[in-house]
Amino acid sequence: MSTSNIFARPARLATIAPYVWMVLFFLVPFGFVLKISLSQTAIAQPPYVPLFDITEGWAAIKAAFGQLSLDNFRLLISDSLYIASYLRSIVVAVTSTAILLLIGYPIAYGMARLPQRWQPIAMMLVIVPFWTSFLIRIYAWINILQHDGLLNKILLALHVVSAPVVWLSTDSAMYLGIVYSYLPFMILPLYATLTKMDASLLEAASDLGASPREAFWLVTFPLSLPGVGAGALLCLIPIVGEFVIPDLLAGSGSMMIGQTLWLEFFTNKDWPVASAAAIALLLLLIPPLLLYDRLQRRTLEGAG
Amino acid sequence: MTEQSPEIETPKAEVDTEPAKPVPPAEAAVAPANPPIEPVVDMPLLRIEAVGKKFGNFRAVDRLSLDIRAGEFFALLGPSGCGKTTLLRMLAGFETPDEGRILLDGKDIAQVPPHLRPVNMMFQNYALFPHLSVRHNIAFGLKRAGMARRDIAARVAEMVSLVKLDGMEKRKPDQLSGGQKQRVALARSLARRPQVLLLDEPLAALDKKLRESTQLELMDLQRRLGMTFIIVTHDQEEAMTMANRIGVMDAGRLEQVATPRELYEAPRSRWVAEFVGDVNLFDGEVSSREHNRLMISTRDAGTLSVVQPREPITKTAVSVAIRPEKVKLSRRGPASDADDAHAINRLEGVVTDVSYLGGLTVYKVKLDSGTVLRSSMANTARLDMDAYAAGQRVVAWFTPDDCVVLEQ
Repeated sequence: MSTSNIFARPARLATIAPYVWMVLFFLVPFGFVLKISLSQTAIAQPPYVPLFDITEGWAAIKAAFGQLSLDNFRLLISDSLYIASYLRSIVVAVTSTAILLLIGYPIAYGMARLPQRWQPIAMMLVIVPFWTSFLIRIYAWINILQHDGLLNKILLALHVVSAPVVWLSTDSAMYLGIVYSYLPFMILPLYATLTKMDASLLEAASDLGASPREAFWLVTFPLSLPGVGAGALLCLIPIVGEFVIPDLLAGSGSMMIGQTLWLEFFTNKDWPVASAAAIALLLLLIPPLLLYDRLQRRTLEGAG
Repeated sequence: MTEQSPEIETPKAEVDTEPAKPVPPAEAAVAPANPPIEPVVDMPLLRIEAVGKKFGNFRAVDRLSLDIRAGEFFALLGPSGCGKTTLLRMLAGFETPDEGRILLDGKDIAQVPPHLRPVNMMFQNYALFPHLSVRHNIAFGLKRAGMARRDIAARVAEMVSLVKLDGMEKRKPDQLSGGQKQRVALARSLARRPQVLLLDEPLAALDKKLRESTQLELMDLQRRLGMTFIIVTHDQEEAMTMANRIGVMDAGRLEQVATPRELYEAPRSRWVAEFVGDVNLFDGEVSSREHNRLMISTRDAGTLSVVQPREPITKTAVSVAIRPEKVKLSRRGPASDADDAHAINRLEGVVTDVSYLGGLTVYKVKLDSGTVLRSSMANTARLDMDAYAAGQRVVAWFTPDDCVVLEQ
């Protein structure tokens, strides 16, 4: 007992720390955003009413509470701009995740089957692009994809096309950017799952008459599903709220919710509607987050 | 131990008890990819011909040849790293031999991939599919063979009751105990009715009691199914209990292939004598041959009289091997008027150590030459008045017939 007492205090502090962090840097700001989302826009500083002012006494705060309303959320539902943004975000995120999975799985599988001493090198190759700033890499893509960019020059030189092709400001460019940026997030959890897999399971499968293809689909793939789930959600969730890539690479025809948020906040200066859109986005992301949490827990239980 | 004694006496009706030779009729249904081949007369079921395998510069299996007959329970015994597992993996198809042939029913399978071989393996770590239930683990191989759904269900039920896992069909491997996992692995590898079942240290992960009862069950199963089993083990007791024949391996080679009794009583080399069981060894030279006896003068035990081996000894430098239980102790030595008394080997010494092991007692006797001789005696009576104590002077004696001469 005495030994456990030595560690009791720091241990308790350590368990409290994440909660303190969550309260300070998530719940409190979330409270602000929630409150703003229930306010009305105003030409003022800050640009909304009501304001809570403790110095004016209890009655004033009570009155301020009375002014809060769900009008902004009603607007989100009634205006097709927002619904279209949400739908586009979901479509882009799901499509990108599917492409990421199709590209990432074979890469992770190949990495996991490399000889042991080559695996860290392959891992480095996946991670190294992260050492360059994300924005610089996206700008590099702009350079490559623009009208007189590298891609068009090569295609013209090879006589594949006779005139420059419009790449930039298209959905293709946006998908390219998203897949390029998020690929490591797909590969790493998949690789972690695949590399842990017991090689004797594949031997057992082939011993029992499974061809290499059957062994993959009946043993390797089902056992890698936790990795597939983790990788997919790790990509899907941030892509839904992605702002930079669609803003820089996609056309201006339709917007993802991140772009709409930006527009409301900085162009329209409508903080309350922007806040409401942010809260709605969060609600949208809760189901996949819960799913991710459950998958993680199941993997942990399986390991223990 | 209690539950399998009736099991041995009454073979269950649902088990396929018909003799396996030449090929079980069910084989055709199980593995259509491998149509039964006409058995070649005078051909063993499995013939390993000068098979070799190298890993880099390490020669894991060194041009090894071995015949295994249908219905045999064969054990590959050897220390770790002797190549026994590599040999087994070549039989399963997980390793490809660098040279030599592996003939199963007369057909060379050395280059056939594992999923096309009519051979199944039970893995040391069981290698059960963690995402599949017991039922689906057992059915895995049957589905790959394209068996009809109804036949699969029947076969799985048969296998489940064969390994006594009734009621566990829906469990996942992580909900099973070690012993239960072992049974699922066994059922899964038996389900396809392979021509040869390979077992890689199948009992290594079980505790002693369970291991012993499982040994008996495996023997019983093998007899009832009439299948050919090849087991790899480093545990000589396990090999001797279960196998009809044992191949002792060292450094990629077979040192000796023999029945358990032959292996123990007539080891062919010093290495085998020392690896299998306990042995006292005396190095010496052949000094004379008289009648059917060899007289061997040893450095540590004087001149020993031993029986002439069947294969004549050509070298002069030899070792005399004598098992501890063949060395008897007495206060004065054997009665001098016994037949052949002059030929009995007697060595005098002092008891230095007494280890009581329950069923037997092991004595260490320091001979006058300084060498220690081990003698083990069965404790046949509860109150043994004849026990010797440390410090006591005794005569250790053994007959020429109990000695084995080995060339060095």
